[in-house]
Amino acid sequence: MKQVTAQGLPYDAWKDNEYIENLVEKLRESGTNVLVGTFDKLINWGRSNSLWPLTFATSCCGIEFVSLGAARFDMARFGWEVARSSPRQADFMMVAGTIVHRMVPVFRRLYDQLAEPKYVIACGSCAISGGPFRKSYHVAKGIDDIVPVDVYCPGCPPRPEAMIYAIMQLSRKVKVERFFGGVNRKESRKEFLAAHPICENAEANID
Amino acid sequence: MSNYTIDNFSSLSTWFDTMLNSYMPSWLATTLECLLVGVGLLLVYSVLALFYILYERKICAYFQCRLGPNRVGPWGLLQSVADMFKILIKELISLNHIDKFLFALAPYLVIVASMLCFAVLPWGNGLQFIDFNIGVFFLIACSSIGVLGILLAGWSSNNKFTLIGALRSGAQMISYELSVGLSILTMVVFAGTLDVGKIVEAQADHWFIFSAHIPALIAFVIYLIAGTAETNRGPFDLPEAESELTAGYHTEYSGIHFGFFYLAEYLNLFVVSGVATLMFLGGWMPFRVAGWDGFNEIMGYIPSVVWFLGKTFVISFIIIWFKWTYPRLRIDQLLSLEWKYLLPINLVNLVLMVFIVVEGLYFGK
Amino acid sequence: MANLQETISAKFPEATFGEGEILPVNIPDAKLHDLVKWLRDEQKFDFLVTIVGMDWVSSMGCVYYLNSTTTGQYISIRTETTDRDNPMLHSIADLYHIAGIYEREVYDFYGIIFVNNPDMRRLFLNIDWVGYPLRKDYDATPEINPVSVENERQTDHTDVWEERPDGTIKHSRPRIFAEDDFVVNIGPQHPSTHGVLRFRTALDGETIKKIDVYMGYIHRGVEKLCEDLTYPQTLHFMDRLDYFSAHNYHHGLCLAIEKAAGIEVPRRAQVIRVMMDELSRIASHCLFIGTFCMDLGATTMLFYALRVREQILDIMDKTCGARMTFNYACIGGVMQDLAPDFVQDVQALLDTIDRNYKEYNKLFTGNVIAQNRLCNVGVLSHDDAISYGITGPSGRASGWACDVRKTHPYAVYNELDFEQVIRTEGDSMARFRNRVDELLQSKHILEQLLTMLPEGDYCAKVPKVLKLPQGHWFQVVEGCRGVFGVYIESNGTTKPFRLKLATPSLPAAAVVDHITSGQKIADLITIGGSMDYIVPDMDR
Repeated sequence: MKQVTAQGLPYDAWKDNEYIENLVEKLRESGTNVLVGTFDKLINWGRSNSLWPLTFATSCCGIEFVSLGAARFDMARFGWEVARSSPRQADFMMVAGTIVHRMVPVFRRLYDQLAEPKYVIACGSCAISGGPFRKSYHVAKGIDDIVPVDVYCPGCPPRPEAMIYAIMQLSRKVKVERFFGGVNRKESRKEFLAAHPICENAEANID
Repeated sequence: MSNYTIDNFSSLSTWFDTMLNSYMPSWLATTLECLLVGVGLLLVYSVLALFYILYERKICAYFQCRLGPNRVGPWGLLQSVADMFKILIKELISLNHIDKFLFALAPYLVIVASMLCFAVLPWGNGLQFIDFNIGVFFLIACSSIGVLGILLAGWSSNNKFTLIGALRSGAQMISYELSVGLSILTMVVFAGTLDVGKIVEAQADHWFIFSAHIPALIAFVIYLIAGTAETNRGPFDLPEAESELTAGYHTEYSGIHFGFFYLAEYLNLFVVSGVATLMFLGGWMPFRVAGWDGFNEIMGYIPSVVWFLGKTFVISFIIIWFKWTYPRLRIDQLLSLEWKYLLPINLVNLVLMVFIVVEGLYFGK
Repeated sequence: MANLQETISAKFPEATFGEGEILPVNIPDAKLHDLVKWLRDEQKFDFLVTIVGMDWVSSMGCVYYLNSTTTGQYISIRTETTDRDNPMLHSIADLYHIAGIYEREVYDFYGIIFVNNPDMRRLFLNIDWVGYPLRKDYDATPEINPVSVENERQTDHTDVWEERPDGTIKHSRPRIFAEDDFVVNIGPQHPSTHGVLRFRTALDGETIKKIDVYMGYIHRGVEKLCEDLTYPQTLHFMDRLDYFSAHNYHHGLCLAIEKAAGIEVPRRAQVIRVMMDELSRIASHCLFIGTFCMDLGATTMLFYALRVREQILDIMDKTCGARMTFNYACIGGVMQDLAPDFVQDVQALLDTIDRNYKEYNKLFTGNVIAQNRLCNVGVLSHDDAISYGITGPSGRASGWACDVRKTHPYAVYNELDFEQVIRTEGDSMARFRNRVDELLQSKHILEQLLTMLPEGDYCAKVPKVLKLPQGHWFQVVEGCRGVFGVYIESNGTTKPFRLKLATPSLPAAAVVDHITSGQKIADLITIGGSMDYIVPDMDR
């Protein structure tokens, strides 16, 4: 099989799925508080094993996401099948499909509505960079300009196996975080509202 | 009452009560007992809710030719525990333009209502949190509080979807309460008592569904339909119809507040199944046939708690089966089903039951 | 055709005629409305296929494609205006229901104002968009229309340009909804809009009063992108419009280009293409059955329906190398030959169809709740179906025999024996059952194709650099959701001057307001589901 190469990434890293975990172990060797560390472990175990997606799909990738839920790939095995339609109750957003100019404010608002801790997976080349529509006048060139992205999942559309891998990588990434280190929202309500003056605008916008 | 099954919790509780009373003044003993019962109730409630969440996920997975959760813990048993940890520390989003007090109150109302109903159920031989002479009445009264929570949740969220969901839910639950109440009333007429303990006792030799034959069967079917509607489960899940109202009345709730709704939904399923077990299938009573002493003794070796939970799980299974098979009704169809069909049938059935009791046309007793 | 030309020139001496497979009529704007009205009433051209907006640089205008549902004849009408700053044409929105939406699309892309159209808003782009993107002089500098996270400006008013009897134009801004309507916003992020479609719904309790459809939340500007790409390069966008009819759309565009370039497609390639079309149709209808039932709350059906789809995707995977965006058909044939065990796999698939058909009907169609939810809900009459241009299984559920495979057979369809599934009820149940029944028809077609699969080349010799002669071509094929039309105008280079894709999902979404009014809000979900629109397909 042809060896895949990427700049700055040794080939073995492709086969090594646990490298994030190993990295954390190394970091933690320097010492964590016993009590806090144990609690963190427990909480991270819970959070990384209970990632509920938001039902959000704009185009082709969304159909593969449906396939991911179906009997063949069955994301329920990992506990990801509790897809919530309300952003308040979801943990991560699988951005499956193209985000166009008109969708950007809606998409941004959905992201703001997610409860912390929240994660975003950019799924498919459209979400990553605009993909085949990059040159279009009405397509956002990658969602990382709009929201912070945790995992990129390339493909057009990615196969369901790739999506499983992406969510697994996300779950590994969640394990790295420290709840007592302050993963949850730190900014106060006032600051948040000042930064997102959406409610006032929406009413002023209707002429 | 004690000899139907091998286990008997009434002697245990009596012993515990006398022991406490011998060491401390009776007021302290009573307070301590209340506390212990409360903690026990909470514990059993949450453990059962977690179990139920997994139970439904596994069952629906098998209906759908899938495996269901199987990665977290052995056979996925710890999946809902992980979900609990997650949801406990999830952010509670505070919103602008809402009625803050009612918004915060609603989930507690819902969960307290389901917990109070839960407390009345007879778990086993002598194992019951509260046993008093109007148990069934108390149960119906408490279950009606839940709808208040849902209405408040929908109203206070200041969101059109939640408002529609809440109003649907109000219309639905108040209507179906009638059917639930009447079908239970039918059985109360037969039992002649509202006392949960005595109702179970009366089914020692024949479960009501056998001894009161036709009217009991009709009441059982109606109860199952109305009970499913009462718990907002499919095909009657209009208040939170995902494809219409995103998440219905709890759209704006996050974190553990949403968790309360989620838990209450599953526990209501348990309560509805538990009441069906109590009223129709003999509660914790083993399957006994009058006169077959040997058979009855063997059945008695199975602990009463197992009998109760077993029957309840079977009924829950049937309700879950409904949910994953049938499409959803529309609100007008839902209400016409209740008012045009279930309610008249129920009233006739009640008269039939009275007739049967008066004429003595039943088995046993 | 000559006959029609003579009748038209007798009646409308202003009309001039061009050359083409479909008779092109040029008519000045002033006479357009009269001509179309006459064609509709006297000549039975009752189906408006599409309106193609055009920018010929020297002038701007439209090409209307009309079709007669009785004779099957096509006609194209061209009209133009030389005023680039304030172009205006007369609307035909009063003649065809669907024309209103098509004219909004042209207005959005070209800025041509249609006088007397009762709702002249932009369709896909937001109201503050600067410029008209499909004009040849459009300035695509990103700074002019930046990506903004601020909410777009909303308005409750629409624009109307009305012609007074004295010939002057009056501009007014009427309200869309009444002042005190309870308007609920459904979408763009909503579990059952099948993508990012937005309905603003005026409710009276649970009853729907009016729906205003907002599109463009996945408008990707495919038509403009195609103008910068060579013909073979444009093909891959066809996978990403209606991703379930990827093969069918590829087929349509390939046929149009081959017709223009005069390329003869080998017979083996034709059979392979038709096979792929029908496999897609089965997969698409299966997914429809699944998601439709899931919208109604019967989630388990989704999993049973996807079982068949997965089997088809496996077959596709082996031959085309992908599960979804296949890019399989190419100009002159197909990309590569069939996988060695293709025939055997398809045979295995066909053996399961009957069993699944029975299972779906047993589980869902006969269910009392499903019957109550679907029968007599969202009834679309035969005439409305034609006037709204609802084709495909939905149109056939209203009793309109609109299957292009029968009316204008392409590839090898004329050699095949199959039935158009037609129902006359026009309700959601008929639309659902039509699709379920089409599974059997597609199965029947595939069985015949498997026996007639010839040996030979799978692709014709095509020049490396493909130039189309000057001219314009129109081709329709039957997608999984209805009639898919491709219009190509070439100025003799390697790139299309204009590529217009007329997709079936746009009318399907436009008709929702008409068939939901007076129904319950829950019916919006079933009706929308039964129309089976794909949002990227309508937005393009």
